[in-house]
Amino acid sequence: MSASSPTAPASDALPAVRPDRLPLFLIPVLALVALPLVKSFSTWVTLTFAGLAMGMIIFIIASGLTIVFGLMDVLNFGHGVFITLGAFLATAVLGTMTDWTGRDSLLFNLLAVLAAMLVAVAVTGVVGLAFERVIIRPVYGQPLKQIMITMGGAIVGEELIKVVWGPQAIPLPLPVAFRGSILFGEAAVERYRLIAVVIGLIVFAAMFWVLARTKIGLLIRAGVQDGEMVESLGYRIRRLFVGVFVTGAALAGLGGVLWGLYQQSVIPQMGELVIVLLFIVIIIGGMGSVGGCFIGALLVGLVSNYAGFLAPKVALFSNILLMVIVLLWRPEGLYPVGKR
Amino acid sequence: MSGPLLELQGVHTHIGAYHILHGVDLEVARGELTVLLGRNGAGKTTTLRSIMGLWHVSSGTVRFEGEDIGAFETPEVARRGIAYVPENMGIFADLTVCENLFLAARGAKRAEDMDPGRLELIFGQFPALKRFWQHPAGLLSGGQKQMLAVARAIVEPRKLLLVDEPSKGLAPAIIQNMVGAVRELKRTDTTILLVEQNFNFARQVGDRVAVMDGGRIVHAGTMAALAADEALQQRLLGLSLAAHQ
Repeated sequence: MSASSPTAPASDALPAVRPDRLPLFLIPVLALVALPLVKSFSTWVTLTFAGLAMGMIIFIIASGLTIVFGLMDVLNFGHGVFITLGAFLATAVLGTMTDWTGRDSLLFNLLAVLAAMLVAVAVTGVVGLAFERVIIRPVYGQPLKQIMITMGGAIVGEELIKVVWGPQAIPLPLPVAFRGSILFGEAAVERYRLIAVVIGLIVFAAMFWVLARTKIGLLIRAGVQDGEMVESLGYRIRRLFVGVFVTGAALAGLGGVLWGLYQQSVIPQMGELVIVLLFIVIIIGGMGSVGGCFIGALLVGLVSNYAGFLAPKVALFSNILLMVIVLLWRPEGLYPVGKR
Repeated sequence: MSGPLLELQGVHTHIGAYHILHGVDLEVARGELTVLLGRNGAGKTTTLRSIMGLWHVSSGTVRFEGEDIGAFETPEVARRGIAYVPENMGIFADLTVCENLFLAARGAKRAEDMDPGRLELIFGQFPALKRFWQHPAGLLSGGQKQMLAVARAIVEPRKLLLVDEPSKGLAPAIIQNMVGAVRELKRTDTTILLVEQNFNFARQVGDRVAVMDGGRIVHAGTMAALAADEALQQRLLGLSLAAHQ
């Protein structure tokens, strides 16, 4: 929707709106601080792209989690199952399309990955619908039970994945055209990371457009602030929530495909391993904030890569450290959501 | 249709372990403004929230246009034509004034589709909303937020407005502005049930009055009669009108 109206006049009496852009500067500042520490410019470019690619994938996975929390105060510790499921579905789909993934053709490779993404999105969306109905719905408004039952759901989901695909790691090789690097001067940027950045940007732009320009998006933003008032206006927030939950699950499935390809191997525990990272991201961003989640994910991606290069031991706790620093600065995260 | 627009009979509401409403009987006639008065904790807000379905009634009936809506979910109550302005105003602070109104205009697919006649009515009463149309609602002053909350309730025609303490926390000049706005609303034949603690405000706008105490209606009658009877005011409210002025 367009926010303008034929009746809208110019306004001049309120103080000018000053959006809080300070957190946006964290990303370039972090990158610039890392440059002299890394010393080599080409290595810095490689690390920065790797960090951004990782951050974009984390954002795709975490965005649904943060909106689900913002809208209904539901902490879903079972979110990792959708990531794992998406990644395993990618092994199944791409495993049957080796003719396409084995060709040195960007078009065929992209089509194969697109097919895997579509299957992952569809299946995880349907599983998300069932998860909401069976696991989440009975425990609305009961945070402690939510934590217990969603953790239980994650365990059951992981075991079911083992039943279907087995407990062992399954390789998920990159399609041929995704392998290798592109040279920018002396800096090598892996092709797949470039693709992941592009996909991440497309998802972010689409999400931003929906949230800012459509009535559904407005309802989601309003619901995150005051769900009771949204219901008082005549909208069924439970229905909205189901839609958001399914979308969040589908995005996690999509992220699972990208994460699996990023790791080039999938294991049944991959969702469980990444869930802590996701919570760090949404806490850094401000629980319920999509913009905050985006910045948080990029920060986590960059810090992981810089720390992994500069001080591998520090990398083990670098994201926790990042979260502590951000929370000392802004105790409710970068973009706290003003709730009722 | 004859009979009251809204009728509560023997409404009991529990919030958790607490029994808040103890058999509320209340009628709201069409086209009139009924004020619900009472001390803090008397059950006024709970009554509005029970009508709205935000807290479910434990027993008793809530009839709106003859239909029992006591067990309805809040969106269904709102879709029957009941608008609610809560005590905290329920403004979406991160959304603009335009977006706040657009969400309340359920029939509009785009902001441009909002009824221009209703917008003119709103801008006539609350010109600040026109001036700050594209500003985030969170930047508005307390009085302007209250105006937006009321405007949101009338951006589409509604059969009944439930308004909770519209004068709360407002400066006297703004309260008079609100009195004017409510009177203007009454001229459009809108039925209003208004919770208020400011008796001076209530006296200026109310046609009928119901006084609550201990989760029950302890007095119902015309506002004119209560305003004229200082002893009754003292007995029911513990204060006379003179004390409010």
